[in-house]
Amino acid sequence: MIEIEKRLQRLNERLAYTCDIFADKSNAALGLLKSRLKDYLLQSASMDLGEQRRALLDLEEFFAASEEKLDADLTPMDKVRIVRHPQRICLRDILENVYDNYTEIGSMDEHSIDPSMVIARAYITRTRGKRTFNQSVMIIGHEKGHGEDFRNGGSAKPWGNAKALHYMQVAETENIPVHTFVFTPGSYPVEDTPGAAQQIAANIYAMASLRVPVISVISEGGSGGAEAIGLADRRLMLSHGYYSVISPEGAAAIEGRLRGNQRADADLVETCATRMKITAADNLRMGYIDHIIQEPNLGARPFHYDFFRSLRQELLRVTDEVSISVRGLPPIRSLRLRSRRKRAGRGLDFEKAYVRWNLPPSAQIRLVNKRHSKYRVLSRDAAPDNTPVSRRFSAVWQETGWSLYSHFMHDMLQKRRQKVAEYVDEVKSEWTLFFERILSPWNKLLDKIVGASERVNRETMRKLTELSEWDNNLVQRGGNWIYVSSRAREDRAVSCPNSQVHGCLDLWAPDLYGEFAGVCPNCGHHFPMEYQWYLHNVFDQGSIFEFAADVESGNPLHMEEFGSKLEEAKRKSGHKSSCMVFEARINDARLVVAMLIADFRGGTVGAAEGEKFIRAAERASRKRVPFLAYTHGTAGIRIQEGTNGLIQMPRCTMAVRRYIDAGGLYIVCYDTNSYAGPVASFLGCSPYQFGIRSANVGFAGPGVIAETTGIAPPPHYHNVYKALARGHIQGIWDRREMRFNLSRALLTMGGRNLYYR
Amino acid sequence: MLDISALLEEIKNSPYAEMSVCAPHSGRIRFAPDLKEGLILSGPQGDFAEKPGTLLAHIERERNPRPITCPERGELVAVRRELDGQFVEAGTELLQFRHFLSRQEVEKRILQKALHLFLAPERARYYFVPAKDIKIKTAGPRSVFVHDGEELFIMSRMKRETPLPYHGPEGVIYAVYFSHAANVESATPLIGVCPPDMLPQVEEVVLRVQTEWPERS
Repeated sequence: MIEIEKRLQRLNERLAYTCDIFADKSNAALGLLKSRLKDYLLQSASMDLGEQRRALLDLEEFFAASEEKLDADLTPMDKVRIVRHPQRICLRDILENVYDNYTEIGSMDEHSIDPSMVIARAYITRTRGKRTFNQSVMIIGHEKGHGEDFRNGGSAKPWGNAKALHYMQVAETENIPVHTFVFTPGSYPVEDTPGAAQQIAANIYAMASLRVPVISVISEGGSGGAEAIGLADRRLMLSHGYYSVISPEGAAAIEGRLRGNQRADADLVETCATRMKITAADNLRMGYIDHIIQEPNLGARPFHYDFFRSLRQELLRVTDEVSISVRGLPPIRSLRLRSRRKRAGRGLDFEKAYVRWNLPPSAQIRLVNKRHSKYRVLSRDAAPDNTPVSRRFSAVWQETGWSLYSHFMHDMLQKRRQKVAEYVDEVKSEWTLFFERILSPWNKLLDKIVGASERVNRETMRKLTELSEWDNNLVQRGGNWIYVSSRAREDRAVSCPNSQVHGCLDLWAPDLYGEFAGVCPNCGHHFPMEYQWYLHNVFDQGSIFEFAADVESGNPLHMEEFGSKLEEAKRKSGHKSSCMVFEARINDARLVVAMLIADFRGGTVGAAEGEKFIRAAERASRKRVPFLAYTHGTAGIRIQEGTNGLIQMPRCTMAVRRYIDAGGLYIVCYDTNSYAGPVASFLGCSPYQFGIRSANVGFAGPGVIAETTGIAPPPHYHNVYKALARGHIQGIWDRREMRFNLSRALLTMGGRNLYYR
Repeated sequence: MLDISALLEEIKNSPYAEMSVCAPHSGRIRFAPDLKEGLILSGPQGDFAEKPGTLLAHIERERNPRPITCPERGELVAVRRELDGQFVEAGTELLQFRHFLSRQEVEKRILQKALHLFLAPERARYYFVPAKDIKIKTAGPRSVFVHDGEELFIMSRMKRETPLPYHGPEGVIYAVYFSHAANVESATPLIGVCPPDMLPQVEEVVLRVQTEWPERS
């Protein structure tokens, strides 16, 4: 009797779960399930025990068949509800059921620096013949904890991500693979040190070149939070999971232009979830994941032990594959891989096929290179490149030429030249000392006869005694700017936003946008200026040479109306994407610049912008010149491109990592407003980040912070001064002195491989 | 002697402050279209008063229109419509509104008149002398009776501590306006002293304000 009641209770739970997944939608199969269960409950009173068992068995079979049918009808939004359901498997279930033993590190339920991020050392026991091996692995993942409040829904705080980074580095030291489990709706958007954006950027930057195999499993891949631990050699995804640049509700709020506490209606949310192509199948087709792990009907729950077994097998297979693909000699590697794939097809039990996971140094280098190559080719189809074939062909030749030239000039010739110069310097120093010692009696005698002051050069005397002159031309061009904003032609007054606080008087537009370069002379507030102002006034005149201009922003997800909006942006701005990449000079020092233009779709970054950014970094690397990312303004990743945009976070950060590792100088300069994905990846990872005064830098805007955390951020929360105080940026520049500051930065900062050093 | 009940009655008869909004500078005025007498106005809102109050008008000078918003919540009494579209000088009264006093404001008004406020002589941190401090912490400020010239405070400034005597009528400390280890600006009240015979009356009036005063949204 108890057994029957238990089975009945389980059916009730299954029905309640199914109802939750389909929310308020009417569904015939669901209705039938409800009525069959109701009928059974009515009839069971008049049945004997045997009849009850038979009827219950029938009902269970009917439930299984119906669930299979319902599973086939799942929409993307249903899958979002599945991953958010408290009954969904969580990391602790995986640790219990997939690994043979584990120790949680730095947390015990709510007693943790961030309970939404769980770290564990685990091992998997495998055999080869009669020998057994315990293979260690570092587990890093978000923990939703079946709806436990303190887990924050798996939304990791910056310090949680910092903990994850620390243990990735521990895994690197110990030479063991990392398995990451992404169960997050997104990162917790607070700027408190280390800061959501800056920490995600640091994580991606470190993971780009982590010298151990990294395997990630995505269940709920919510935007930047997912990328913080999601960069991997192999990315697996659970069949009922989602991986997206923004939550469907967030996309619907943007699409429906909703403000404040307004909520999007369910149909719009459903439409957005479908259009954004967030499911595992969509992401596999686009190439952003490598493999789908099939879940039971209506999603995996903690009692699906077969699923845990298949997850374990997949993790073993993939970790083996990554290790084998970089170990040993190339022909042996490919042979081993091919034979394992064949045997896997025939049902090989990976627990009985032991493969070493620790990598020798040469294999570690190959692993990192393979990871970079893998990400380099992603999302190429999402950004149409309309460069004519002849130009592409010549570009390849040019690039090869620069590489050879740089190698010859700066690696071979320059190194020898430097050695000779060092010898000459040493000889000169010794000679000077020797010469001074010989001349010292004569100099002393001369001082006594003529007087020491008389021997001082006249020019030195003038410099020491007269007031120095302000070098206007170098610093502020004396207010004679080469480019003057068109707003300077308007005869009107402009009020400074700080007039209430600092008592700034109204400014006449021709003065403000002309001579003052958009800076309030009283309080120093910087009014936003056009990007052209920087192009003409910061860099040497006529030195700008744009490249990759034909890489065009597209509409890879075929979003309705977005195509026309994009065309409008292209027509208005005269650019084909929000990123302009060019070569320029400052005081004759060459540099490559990637500029995000706020006027083009808010400076959002999609596949085209990412591709151009990467090409710029590669060009700077080939030519051994500094690389500047000037952000005129960016609102984040372009949500209309879905994962095609999101993947630019790791792609571009990896390009930056390659460039910095090659000895370059990467400087970031933020102007106006810079938020979200780009700041949390390829911009935020720079060791030299500067903000133009009055700019705002952060992860999420005040509205999103208030909605997510329930606490309204104070005014000026994202201001560059706050960012500087939190340690997110390294300095604040006055717009009028940007040329001078940049020039000085080129001379004082950077790595070993800059040609002018 | 101050008649506190009469004071409360006076406030009750006129439970609002008449306020006016003036032109911050010269310019052409355009009143907001939905502005009419009786309209409920809101003041700055939000945790940091970051959301401006109701838009009242725009004043345009040199083709630079600036909004004029309501500085306090209240009810619109009169709008000088004849100025709409006209050029006005700085300081010209544009409209009047009634700001209904809140419970705290009424209490503050009464206490300001009923109590003797002892002001901070300069910007510093203030502490009670240890004997008084212990008494206040254990039995509350109203247990402390102060006399003119009595050493009551320690003024701490730049790590130098100076004793500060109380000057004023004798009485009990009714309210303490400063907090421990916080800097107090000069001429800011430190304590409010109430003559002992007036204490029951003050307490009764404050209680009445707290329970009976109607709050208007």
